[in-house]
Amino acid sequence: MPDKNDFIDQKLQDLNNDGVDRRGFLKCMAWAGTGLVWTMSGGIPVSQAFAKSADQNGGKRGDFSFVQISDSHIGFNKPANPNVTATLQTAIEKINAMPHKPDFIIHTGDLSQLSKPSEFDTLDQVLKGAAAKQIFFVPGEHDMLSDNGEQFLQRYGKGTKGAGWSSFDHKGVHFVGLVNVANLKAGGMGSLGHEQLEWLEDDLKGRSASTPIVLFAHIPLWTIYPDWGWGTDDSEQALSYVKRFGSVTVLNGHIHQIMQKVEGNVSFHTAMSTAFPQPAPGTAPSAGPMKVPAEQLQQVLGITDVNYLVSGRSLAIVDSPLGG
Amino acid sequence: MTRKNVWAAGLAMPVMIALMLAASLKVRANDRTSAAPAAVKIDNFSFGPQTITVPVGATVTWTNGDDIPHTAVSTGGVFKSKVMDTDEKFSYTFTKAGTYPYYCTIHPKMTGQIVVQ
Repeated sequence: MPDKNDFIDQKLQDLNNDGVDRRGFLKCMAWAGTGLVWTMSGGIPVSQAFAKSADQNGGKRGDFSFVQISDSHIGFNKPANPNVTATLQTAIEKINAMPHKPDFIIHTGDLSQLSKPSEFDTLDQVLKGAAAKQIFFVPGEHDMLSDNGEQFLQRYGKGTKGAGWSSFDHKGVHFVGLVNVANLKAGGMGSLGHEQLEWLEDDLKGRSASTPIVLFAHIPLWTIYPDWGWGTDDSEQALSYVKRFGSVTVLNGHIHQIMQKVEGNVSFHTAMSTAFPQPAPGTAPSAGPMKVPAEQLQQVLGITDVNYLVSGRSLAIVDSPLGG
Repeated sequence: MTRKNVWAAGLAMPVMIALMLAASLKVRANDRTSAAPAAVKIDNFSFGPQTITVPVGATVTWTNGDDIPHTAVSTGGVFKSKVMDTDEKFSYTFTKAGTYPYYCTIHPKMTGQIVVQ
């Protein structure tokens, strides 16, 4: 759509001329779901229209890319999506069809609706179709029902610590998967807990400040809407450990919609669900599934593609709706 | 001793009042054991009513009206529901007086309490 691109170009010019002002930032955020790239460069977010990203990076993609999927909720069968298995399937097909092949996939939790073995089985069947063979998981609260996440750990958390946290390095980027859905306290939000925080501090200790860091967890690690529990009580402490790093990207799920925030060198991002949308904070009586007409469903579900750009040691994030 | 006998014995007013009080206490005790079941409905990620007061012996039943699973788990470990999917129920009978705060372990912002008198 030329009109939309013109608008984005105009917006980009505004950003380039004026730096990042709050108004411009928010306006760009509104376009996130339709395919904008956020490039983190020295802590300054630079947005680009999706189609232009390759050119503006000198015609090359970064060293590698990976894809985040979230909130597949296998087993959910109510409006607005009676067939969440099919939409996950669509998401996988979309990932497989990408011109640049992601090195791996990250699933940021709520794999299942009710932690049932049959739901995990169905998920496994669908994920088998992914061209990327390596998939990293962190649990959502729906994966911890009844058995405190035992089954999740057995299936998806081999070699992880505690309730399923772990870290790994990939082509110079340090990835940390955190669990903030275990042992939740009455009246609270997400929680990492003392043991995990100590582990995180230790895990990051001694790493060069120039190492790009990616933290991923189910519930947002920044407070989006406390009334709905959309935040993590002890995330401040976790974030204090990454402050010294030049490039930090935080990827979350849970809220079934795109939200972004930049604070210093830390870029926060939440992904769409592959199952059903949830309302914007405070716009509905509760955070329950948002019902949308069937023909609109694929516009509010999606995947998140993250590209590591060597030149600026930065990560560019692209959200794509399933139907886009 | 029947009432007639009491009257026959010519006992005075205080005795009669005492008897009436005893009868009334007995009725209240009956009320407790046959207490109507109390209900807590889960809608829009909240327990309604958030606080309910019931007599000792009452059975409280939670029903999940949301499209999302919830639990009702007492913070003191007194009761713990299974995961309630849509329209599923959980019941617990309170045999001791006290205040029982509880929450949904999946969505801990959801809290409520049962006051048992």
